[in-house]
Amino acid sequence: MIFPFPGKPKEVKFILGNEACVEAAIAAGCRFFAGYPITPSTEIAEGMAKALPRIGGTFIQMEDEIASLGAVIGASICGLKALTATSGPGFSLKQEHIGYAALTEIPCVIVNVMRGGPSTGLPTLPAQGDVMQARWGTHGDHPAIVLSPSSVKEYYELTIKAFNLSEKFRTPVILLPDEVIAHTREKLEIPENIKIVDRKKPPANVDKKNYRPYAVSRDDEVPVIPNFGEGFRFNITGLIHDDSGFPSNAPEITQSTLMRLHKKIAAGYGEIKGIEVDLPRGAEVAVLSYGASFRSAAQAAKDAQVGLVKLTTLFPFPDKEVKELAQKVKTIIVVEMNLGQLIGEVERAAGGLAKIAGVNIANGLLITPDVIREKIRACQKKT
Amino acid sequence: MSRFEICFSGSGGQGLITAGKIFGEAVALHTNKHVVQTQSYGPESRGGASRSEVVISDEPIYYPKITRLDLLLALTQESVKKYLSNLKEGGILIIDPFGVKAVPSGNFKTYSIPVTLTSKHELGRAIFGNILALGAIAAITKIISIEALESSVLPNVPERFREDNRKALALGFKLGAEAAK
Repeated sequence: MIFPFPGKPKEVKFILGNEACVEAAIAAGCRFFAGYPITPSTEIAEGMAKALPRIGGTFIQMEDEIASLGAVIGASICGLKALTATSGPGFSLKQEHIGYAALTEIPCVIVNVMRGGPSTGLPTLPAQGDVMQARWGTHGDHPAIVLSPSSVKEYYELTIKAFNLSEKFRTPVILLPDEVIAHTREKLEIPENIKIVDRKKPPANVDKKNYRPYAVSRDDEVPVIPNFGEGFRFNITGLIHDDSGFPSNAPEITQSTLMRLHKKIAAGYGEIKGIEVDLPRGAEVAVLSYGASFRSAAQAAKDAQVGLVKLTTLFPFPDKEVKELAQKVKTIIVVEMNLGQLIGEVERAAGGLAKIAGVNIANGLLITPDVIREKIRACQKKT
Repeated sequence: MSRFEICFSGSGGQGLITAGKIFGEAVALHTNKHVVQTQSYGPESRGGASRSEVVISDEPIYYPKITRLDLLLALTQESVKKYLSNLKEGGILIIDPFGVKAVPSGNFKTYSIPVTLTSKHELGRAIFGNILALGAIAAITKIISIEALESSVLPNVPERFREDNRKALALGFKLGAEAAK
């Protein structure tokens, strides 16, 4: 077996979505992986186990998914770009640590390859049932960045984007493919000049003993937190804290901290967003989808006079863009392999300006273009 | 070519997913065509049903799964039963007589290629049946050259069995070419 990772620029490979994720993670500078194998994400752990030791990185299989994300957070605050990968049951286990990383503002990337749920569900079959969990799985008022690839190439690109966003905004980023994209093989050309973003470091001449890690003096609301081991003396806690990093329950600190976490993401929306709208003139119906379902939607939309909308960033949700869309069409059809999750966000954002219809199937199979075509025809008749 | 769809089917452990991967890779890396390979299996690691699918097209491929098969490779009776209805009119059915005793008839061209027995007799073990089948498919469809296919087979099999696999590919090609006459 040829050692597959990492590929050279312009090299063309025919690889699994999960393998593209490993390629991209290495290219983005990821040098730490902690995880626990679970179908359909295991190829990511296998690939990272093969790649990391050869390039000075560290791979560790932890005792469970909770410890895995714990190890990732620990590695990250020590300066490494760190990754973990799992599926539904493991994603449920990770929720507390996701909140911890969000509040302590420690960058990390969590891949959840969606499979049939709930519970043990359908280990080898696809679904898109974890979407709202990705947004709200952990308790409390926290923002979330959730990305969804619909092809092997996109899986590569969004893995890079996930690391960049996580470093720039000092936040956990959830990459949410489904089993189809994870286990599909397509051609991938390794790109040449990949833009990599690294977390900001404190200036050289700063007072290390009295440094305030969560102080924000910039418009982007992102604190410049030092890495452990660089001589700075500071505290990190999952309790609400002031800019010293020590706990505080003062009302003004609490409110302002939570607001800042949200403002931090909102201020970066331009870079975080991922939505493509293709709206032919006169189209009264638009089909909106993400992940593998988007592939089916695109096939159905071909040769039909409909708009086609692809989301690669599920959260923060594109409120403004969906509202604009709802002003231009009579019906938006939302296609997802679940019983209706992102459709709630579409309804909220559309604010009644268009009818919202759903193609919602959660039977372990990729939704077929025929089913979507039927829905399109039905909606076109009604308008 | 708008869409040429192939399904490699049989029971778990027969190497159908590897076969799909190898075939898809050969076409992807040696032609300018768009290729998508997907797969489907149950939670068991042996037995059960297993299939992989390859879609080849001159245009970008949206829906990655099969719609109407151009070619069905079926190594077991169960897989014939499950997937024959997906085969389009005038399509190609390739069966292994070792696993498929009741050969169906219909509006498709059937090739009976004894991959399992040939693998056992010529190479000592049945395990190369999937590679024999790939050789036969190359000869029958002419989608991909045997050289391109070989360059994809060799890196995807254990090094100590590369020679056996090379032989299997050539044998399968011969069987396919004979059957296609």
